[in-house]
Amino acid sequence: MNDIPTRASAVIIGAGIVGNSLACHLARLGWRDIVLVDKGPMPNPGGSTGHASNFIFPIEYSKMMMELTRDSTEQYKALGVFTESGGIEVARTAGRMEELRRRGSAARAWGIPARHLSPAEVAKLVPYLDESVILGGLYFPTVGVVDSLRAGTLMREEAQQSGALQVLAGTEVLGIDTAPGGRAGRKVATVRTTKGDMDTDCCVICCGVWSPRIAQLAGAHIPLTPVVHQMISVGPVPLFADTVGEIAYPIVRDVDTNMYERQHGGDMEVGSYAHRPIIVGPDDIPSIEESVLSPTEMPFTQDDFDPQLLQALELMPDLLGDERVGIRYSINGLISMTPDGHPALGETPEVSGLWSVAASWIKEGPGIARAVAEWMTGAVPEIDIHEADISRFHAHQRTTAHVTARAREGFNKMYGIVHPSEQWESGRPLRLSPAHDRERDLGAAFIETAGWERPNWYASNENLLERYSGRLMPREAEWESRWWSPIINAEHLAMRDSCGLIDLSAFAVLDITGPGALAAVQSAAVAQLDVRAGRVVYTSLLDEAGGFRADLTIMRLGPETFRVVTGGATGMMDKQWLRDQLPADGSAQISDVTSSWATFGVWGPDARTVLQAVTDSDLSHGGFPFATCREIEIGGVMVLASRISYVGELGWELYVPMEQGARVWDTIWAAGVPHGLVPVGIGVYGTTGRLEKGYRAYGAELAADYNLVEAGMTRPKVKLQPFRGKEAYLAQREQPPCAVLCTLTVDDHRSAAGTLRYMLGGEPILTPAGESLTDAKGRPSYVTSAGSGPSVGKHLLMAYLPAGHAREGNRLAVEYMAEQYPVTVAVAGATPLFDPENTRVRS
Amino acid sequence: MTVLCLVERDGDGAADASLRALAFSRELAASSEASGTGGDPGYGEEPAGSNPPGAPGENVAAVVFGPAAEVPAGALAVAGVTDAYAVESDALTGYAPLAWARAIAELITASSATAVVAAATDHGNEVLAHLAAITDLPMAANCASAAHASDGRYRLVRHRWAGSLLEDAALDAPVALLTVAVDAVAATPAAVPAKVTVHAFRPDLTDGDLAVCATESAERAGGVSLATARVVVGGGRGVGSPAGFGALEELAGLLGGALGVSRVVTSQGWRPHKQQVGQTGTRISPELYLACGISGAIQHMAGCLSARHIVAVNTDPDAPIIARADYAVIGDLNQVIPALVTALRERAGLS
Amino acid sequence: MEILVCVKRVPMVGGKVVVTPDGQDVDTRMSGFAVSPHEECAVEEAVQITQRLGGTVTVLTLGPAEAADQLRDMLALGAGHGVLLETDGREWGPMATAAAIADAARRRGVGPDGGYDLLLFGNEAADTGDYQVPVRVAHALGLPCVTAIKNLEITESGAGAGAAGGSGAGGAAGARARASREYRGIEEAFDLALPAVISVKEGINLPRYPSLPGRLRAKRAVIEQFRPEYRGEGLRKELLRVPPGESKRAEILGTGTDAVPALVRLFEEFGVLS
Repeated sequence: MNDIPTRASAVIIGAGIVGNSLACHLARLGWRDIVLVDKGPMPNPGGSTGHASNFIFPIEYSKMMMELTRDSTEQYKALGVFTESGGIEVARTAGRMEELRRRGSAARAWGIPARHLSPAEVAKLVPYLDESVILGGLYFPTVGVVDSLRAGTLMREEAQQSGALQVLAGTEVLGIDTAPGGRAGRKVATVRTTKGDMDTDCCVICCGVWSPRIAQLAGAHIPLTPVVHQMISVGPVPLFADTVGEIAYPIVRDVDTNMYERQHGGDMEVGSYAHRPIIVGPDDIPSIEESVLSPTEMPFTQDDFDPQLLQALELMPDLLGDERVGIRYSINGLISMTPDGHPALGETPEVSGLWSVAASWIKEGPGIARAVAEWMTGAVPEIDIHEADISRFHAHQRTTAHVTARAREGFNKMYGIVHPSEQWESGRPLRLSPAHDRERDLGAAFIETAGWERPNWYASNENLLERYSGRLMPREAEWESRWWSPIINAEHLAMRDSCGLIDLSAFAVLDITGPGALAAVQSAAVAQLDVRAGRVVYTSLLDEAGGFRADLTIMRLGPETFRVVTGGATGMMDKQWLRDQLPADGSAQISDVTSSWATFGVWGPDARTVLQAVTDSDLSHGGFPFATCREIEIGGVMVLASRISYVGELGWELYVPMEQGARVWDTIWAAGVPHGLVPVGIGVYGTTGRLEKGYRAYGAELAADYNLVEAGMTRPKVKLQPFRGKEAYLAQREQPPCAVLCTLTVDDHRSAAGTLRYMLGGEPILTPAGESLTDAKGRPSYVTSAGSGPSVGKHLLMAYLPAGHAREGNRLAVEYMAEQYPVTVAVAGATPLFDPENTRVRS
Repeated sequence: MTVLCLVERDGDGAADASLRALAFSRELAASSEASGTGGDPGYGEEPAGSNPPGAPGENVAAVVFGPAAEVPAGALAVAGVTDAYAVESDALTGYAPLAWARAIAELITASSATAVVAAATDHGNEVLAHLAAITDLPMAANCASAAHASDGRYRLVRHRWAGSLLEDAALDAPVALLTVAVDAVAATPAAVPAKVTVHAFRPDLTDGDLAVCATESAERAGGVSLATARVVVGGGRGVGSPAGFGALEELAGLLGGALGVSRVVTSQGWRPHKQQVGQTGTRISPELYLACGISGAIQHMAGCLSARHIVAVNTDPDAPIIARADYAVIGDLNQVIPALVTALRERAGLS
Repeated sequence: MEILVCVKRVPMVGGKVVVTPDGQDVDTRMSGFAVSPHEECAVEEAVQITQRLGGTVTVLTLGPAEAADQLRDMLALGAGHGVLLETDGREWGPMATAAAIADAARRRGVGPDGGYDLLLFGNEAADTGDYQVPVRVAHALGLPCVTAIKNLEITESGAGAGAAGGSGAGGAAGARARASREYRGIEEAFDLALPAVISVKEGINLPRYPSLPGRLRAKRAVIEQFRPEYRGEGLRKELLRVPPGESKRAEILGTGTDAVPALVRLFEEFGVLS
């Protein structure tokens, strides 16, 4: 029964929740001759699925994760393995109470049932909890537990029974051989196992904590590391003796102590993310034979857990303090962590046909599997999973040092209060602009993007606070003033008054060259790229369903040379997306030249005056029109200047050879300061400047589940040439949009407590009566971006509103921290709130 | 020079474990004849030309506790024993570990023994430990093989971790005290049966030597609590429903055993949590664990690995339990168990 | 009743034991540590005895500094004191181990007036399986000894017997142990005057799991430490090796109800049918 086939359409490695689900979804999508391989026995081959605590909270910090969890929950329910228990996040601190209020609003934004509870109400649901320890709780009635092993078995068996799947248990993968070919230059050829070899074009790594090791067999990287999550099970709990089934009481997340308590039959499981981060090398996981329990249930290190015992006892003194109740099971369970906490999904950039479906929790496993199965089948996944795309990692982010450092840092934040602008501290500084020393001396407050240190604002601009006093919208609440300064708003106003110098070296710069370059960019971009050399084109890239995949600018530098400039965070993903558009005949190449080019922006009414002072090139409006680029000389350096703007001002982006960047910065600085030039940070570039202009951002407004029509970004004509997503886009244009992207202003910021509060994004938009808004496609309205509009004197929110509500002047409400604030639709569509005629940009 | 082997009696004959110890003793004695090569292949060549420490022609002698008339001479002869010492003492009414050790200590001198061997049974280990303490000699327990080496020492292979690991060891002692890992040596007969000379031996025992003495009775401690049951009938997901446990309970009753279940069964609410076997339930160590419809999850196995025999009934020949059990029936427990109950009932009726 | 229980820190091994490249030790890089199972039962037995008769349980181990973890594990189960005979991490032989334990027992003394009334051991350590330390300790202290015990009853004679909860000091004078085991189908019972040395086997009881309060008490407990001197002995480990493997797989008795007669024969062979 274990005869190994010589060929498979896909070899899935790993029979945990992910591998089983993936096999099932591929089979449902019509795949045949799938093989599922695991070194361990069924149904529990010894991976992390086998020791998972198996509970699902519907709330997440990321919309993607929330949607994957929702889909997974529905799949578990369909399999009959879901038991609803309810769950409560309890707060021990005032800060956490605030966080629960934010979470309650987030739940509202995403249509998740949630209710704030008093300590007494919590104790009513969880009678063994000491209500004097907590200040309150947030109750999620739809929390439940699943039998993930059973779910995996059912899905595996479904695929087997449909004749699509062969399962090889007790079969270890020894090698993944590659051959020349594919978009990556190398492609999967053969999977070698202890039971024999199988030829295949498609190998999927669903190996959880082993994934890096397996990927390495093919020379690819899956940047995750196994980390320890400690868990104990105590019992028999007398209170549970008479309960029926696996769980009868709500799961408690004691988030302030990074712990959870969950009934499991007669036992109480206590899990912790509070202990020191314990990183285990992928090669240090014991084999099945060497393991006492299983490879991923490593020996418990008691000392690490002892402090948690005290905290658990505080919360549940009678139940856990019962001398008759013993610690019957305790493990250092291994789980996977990636540097940014998101899964690693998709085809690896290094090897074509080698897919990663790794770093998934039980709660999102089946959802992830379905999305990847759709992707593998050539369809656009119903859930936008680009945030989890494995191609997102830059080279440095794939290093062991980075992966382990970020896992170490992220581990204790698992239940942390994570700010939307939360910064990582480890592995910094790494990528430095040539102007970094100057910026540091100017008191730059740095934030990190893709490893780059970027000034968010400059302390040297503190003197502007007085000049713009009264227009800065200072924030009273500590939460909203984190990673924020009124200096940002002052820099914004100074830029609009004179001009600002912005370091944009974190941009990813990709060159597409060769005879097939034009065909490549044409097939990827919505906008017309068959333009004369020297034109700069802003364009979206779409997927086949017409959803956004990227948002970037492309300069045509010559007949066969295009330069793509995109955000540092999405650079590697955009590179892979564009790489996959290259002609199959090899007539075009793409290369990442980011490290060759420093980028500075000079914008504001005085930008031309300042730049003209340092170059002999003609910078007049006629001589250097908007949306064009050309080389100019600045202080003995040849610079590529591009006249565009993301802040709504006259000015240029300057691409400078990296090693000459400091000189150009100094030259502009010297010429600019007499004209009022100020250094301006990313706080202006990324938020205030663009929000006033209604410029959309990829990942916020521009997401796969919205389209160009809804985003208000259609042009009168569609280019004749084919491009990816064109058919869908044409169809979208035929329909009236069921949601419209709007800019809203907040009319009153005062909370019930009398504090001025400023939304940061993610909040639900409600009717004045407090009812949720949902469009015809079932998408709730929530704030996609939020920030100050210093020049318009308002706090601005962007949100997709149902078409009927997208009327300028329409009065609505935003929920923030469990309170409602009045808002007004200022713009329905893409018209800028500031300088609606765009006279500044085109002056 | 003699290898002296403690032989435990079993009815009229010698206990199987002792026959194995005798085979081991014979190998040890023979190793002194072989010129300079150790008995263990793991050690390779010994230096050439060295002299074996044991005198050529070392013989195997047996120590048997009881009257000379009751010495199982036939079995000893087959095993190659030349001399048997029957330890007779009016004071020795039953097993008395210290007294036995004292007697053997005397016999070491009387028989010019260079080694004392016993099976690694409760008695063998206990008696040799006392002997070691009395003589202040080292003792090597659980040996798989032993041989004289050219350097005057003994080369041993011992079991560690209950045989999961082998230890190559050197023993430097005027008299080697060795117990024999019972499953490591076969009870092979000697190439040529020996002629046994039986010597009655009366040891010099004090009251103190006899202070600890066994009272024997045929009684066996009973009780069918899950933890101490001699038989546990286990049921898992394969049972299918709460009603399915009726047959298992009946079988457990027929076997005088207890019912145990896997975690999923209690999680489903089919059986109370107190019947759960496993890491987080009860850990059992019965003679027989009959695991029915249990896949063999690691957490479950952790609770039953000290069972003497595991027999699985499972529909899936690839289930992990099959790799962990000693015997298996491939089939649906809901058919196999009722048939087994019927068969056991019939058998009880016949006997 | 004052009871000394001797335990040993041993690696927790799975189905396959891995040896370090130099063949001198078990590779413990990925394993945790525990006390040998027999010894865990000895601790449980001692705790139950003192719960019934009063007195305290002292756990003692000889091993590296890290062996304090195992003492705390046992303190969490109800032992009251811990004694660590700290080594430099070298493996000690049974003779030296027994001598060091006997020395440590003599510090407190044996017998009435506050000495140990009972010394409990596991029948053999899970790793080395030497079977002799308890007996050697008994000889060194001049105490009676039995091993491999599966059932133990302690009785206190004279007035005050059964008066649990008292200091227990001196209360054990005249106390006796009835210890029994099954040997080849026969129950062997021993009657010993205390103080005595007894080694027990798994199955004598079901060891409890540590409670959370127990664990926290154990964490706070003070452990007495001594550094006995190492001595070599006549039995020397030279090399550890893994025996040639055979992957286990159940012998298939048959399919479906056809296998029932084979099952019945097997049960007869195991001696589980009356």
